[in-house]
Amino acid sequence: MQKLLLGAEAVAQGAIDGGMSGVYAYPGTPSTEITEYIQGSPIARERKIHSMWSANEKTAMEAALGMSYAGKRSMACMKHVGMNVAADCFMNASITGVNGGMLVVAADDPSMHSSQNEQDSRFYAKFAMIPVLEPSSQQECYDMTYNGFDLSEKYNVPVMVRITTRIAHSRAGINQLAMKAENEMSLPKNPTQFVLLPAIARKNYKKLLAIQEDLVKASEESPWNKYFEGADKSKGIIACGIAYNYFRENFPEETCPYPVIKVSQYPLPRKMINKLAAEVDEIIVLEDGYPIVEELLKGYLEKEAVRGRLDGTLPRDGELNPGLVAAAFGFKVEAGLAIPELVVGRPPAMCTGCSHIDVYTALNVAIEKYGKGRVFADIGCYTLGALPPYNAINSCVDMGASITMAKGAADSGLVPAVAVIGDSTFTHSGMTGLIDAVLGKAPITIIISDNESTSMTGGQDSSAVGLIENICLAVGVEPEHLHVLLPLKKNHDEMVEIISRELAYDGVSVIIPRRECIQKAVRRKKTEAKLKK
Amino acid sequence: MKIDIILCGVGGQGILSIAAALGAAALRNKLSIKQAETHGMSQRGGDVVSHMRISDKPIHSDLIPTGGADMILSVEPLEALRYLPFLSPKGYVVTNTTPFKNIKNYPEEQSIMDQLNKLPHVITIDADKMAADMNAKRSSNIIMLGAAAPFLDMSYQSFEDGIRDIFGRKGDDVVTMNLDALKAGFDFSMKNKK
Repeated sequence: MQKLLLGAEAVAQGAIDGGMSGVYAYPGTPSTEITEYIQGSPIARERKIHSMWSANEKTAMEAALGMSYAGKRSMACMKHVGMNVAADCFMNASITGVNGGMLVVAADDPSMHSSQNEQDSRFYAKFAMIPVLEPSSQQECYDMTYNGFDLSEKYNVPVMVRITTRIAHSRAGINQLAMKAENEMSLPKNPTQFVLLPAIARKNYKKLLAIQEDLVKASEESPWNKYFEGADKSKGIIACGIAYNYFRENFPEETCPYPVIKVSQYPLPRKMINKLAAEVDEIIVLEDGYPIVEELLKGYLEKEAVRGRLDGTLPRDGELNPGLVAAAFGFKVEAGLAIPELVVGRPPAMCTGCSHIDVYTALNVAIEKYGKGRVFADIGCYTLGALPPYNAINSCVDMGASITMAKGAADSGLVPAVAVIGDSTFTHSGMTGLIDAVLGKAPITIIISDNESTSMTGGQDSSAVGLIENICLAVGVEPEHLHVLLPLKKNHDEMVEIISRELAYDGVSVIIPRRECIQKAVRRKKTEAKLKK
Repeated sequence: MKIDIILCGVGGQGILSIAAALGAAALRNKLSIKQAETHGMSQRGGDVVSHMRISDKPIHSDLIPTGGADMILSVEPLEALRYLPFLSPKGYVVTNTTPFKNIKNYPEEQSIMDQLNKLPHVITIDADKMAADMNAKRSSNIIMLGAAAPFLDMSYQSFEDGIRDIFGRKGDDVVTMNLDALKAGFDFSMKNKK
């Protein structure tokens, strides 16, 4: 029988069945479920497939590359903005190449359902000059990771699997294939392959350039790219990844009049594209995310009849859907009923009993006398402190930016400046910034709001548990300006007093309000009660 | 056949348990399924929606087009209204009437009911109260599934089987409780449908 899996889970199952020996990841919507699925998989446990969370996406990418170096098949998974953190390793991994097959799964979030931006990871793959597999269905999610390792090993480069929120978080039935054996451990045949000294890097880079034509050819022969003939040559369609589904929703294969190219493997299949361009009057490009393919075909002079997101045929930003695609072809879109006026928004909020609430309630009192606009926050549940009734924070930019932005603002005279960061975000990318702050004796107060969990993504284990005080002291935070608090209503006055005192201190202070995530506590108590029975 | 359902509620209300039971029912009938869910930030008490598509033919889009849903199945009354643009003119709204008030400006309950009652095909059911009366507080979502069942083109048996699939490992008591909840919802809709 088919297995009903989320796209993210299908990616995971395909990798397990494809002979993967380890997944390395940091949680981030919409990629989290990939690693969680592997952590919960009995067969993965039996095979001892590595699946412990990494401290951040860069450490994950590097560890995956290390596993590949040793000859085994590895996978690094992250949300799109995680690619920025991992980019240093990622860009160089295309120059080192791989030994065991290596997949990089980038989960993009067009429409920013749970993100700060909607950057398109296909740009990164193009930048690194490696192939991209972009599934249009959950079955392809499975098939692409199952077969992706072979592709990576054949061309000796990492391969990106690019998914989006919609496919990651949508379920469908999957047919599984026979499970492959894992690779044996083996050293790279060329002992200097991974030594990117300039002289070697230049050689490796030439190799990467030399295989580019082979990669195009591989795309032209890929089972996932397909040319559908059509009699009506007034339009030709290029539909990439999940956008292919939205197209087929409007133009089923049996009745579609136009020639169509389904693109699910990059670099673009050049012959197919040229064939299409030669036989149609204009090309419409459907792609979720940035207009990457459209821009590539269009060039700069706008002479080509290529339409898509850049000329307003489709919206320039946001996720595609069947209605937007229908409208692009001039179909009447069913509007449905209007939303009654009384329907108000229901934004996400911090949970009742959440420790971050006690932290913000105390911080708001302590900081009042200095005036607004001086709290730099970070990525996590506590970002919701930006919303009423707290209105407690003034920034949320990228993982770890709270401490460093507070330092920069303090350097320019905004004193005191405050950073609010979570425990997991602190070990992800906050601790390096703390070193800058300590060395620069910055007059900032850092609140590490520690709920002993990576909560926004569903309560994964935090790398920071048991480490925070030692890290702070080791990098030079003065013990008398390091405080651990218990954030509860009854401790409000004490918290206000300590925060106030440290705000007045002309140097780095670290305050650690620590109480377990309320969601995690409830789950833990349930499990404990079950075990007692 | 084709069934497109917008499943909605508030993050934390467990709409995915309904989706899981529906999905299991459809798989047993060897039907194709696509079910797009909301994960991430909105799960913290925000509005959540799942697009559930079931068909005997391959399904293309993971999302239901506007004006195309055969049903809005909501576990919260205000949320039922939020997705009306997706409802087909012939479609049904089946909604729980117990409000989930986690926002300060929650509209007046009667005005929500007035809007719901204006719709041509609607079932409003106080599933929370019904569940409490049955001493099965955690089964209100399955009552909602039962209430939806008469309007979905699948046999009642397949819903029962779906529930056995989903709750089987939790023991016979849980299965029986949920089968009773399914029946209660089903009977309510049969009695109250126009």
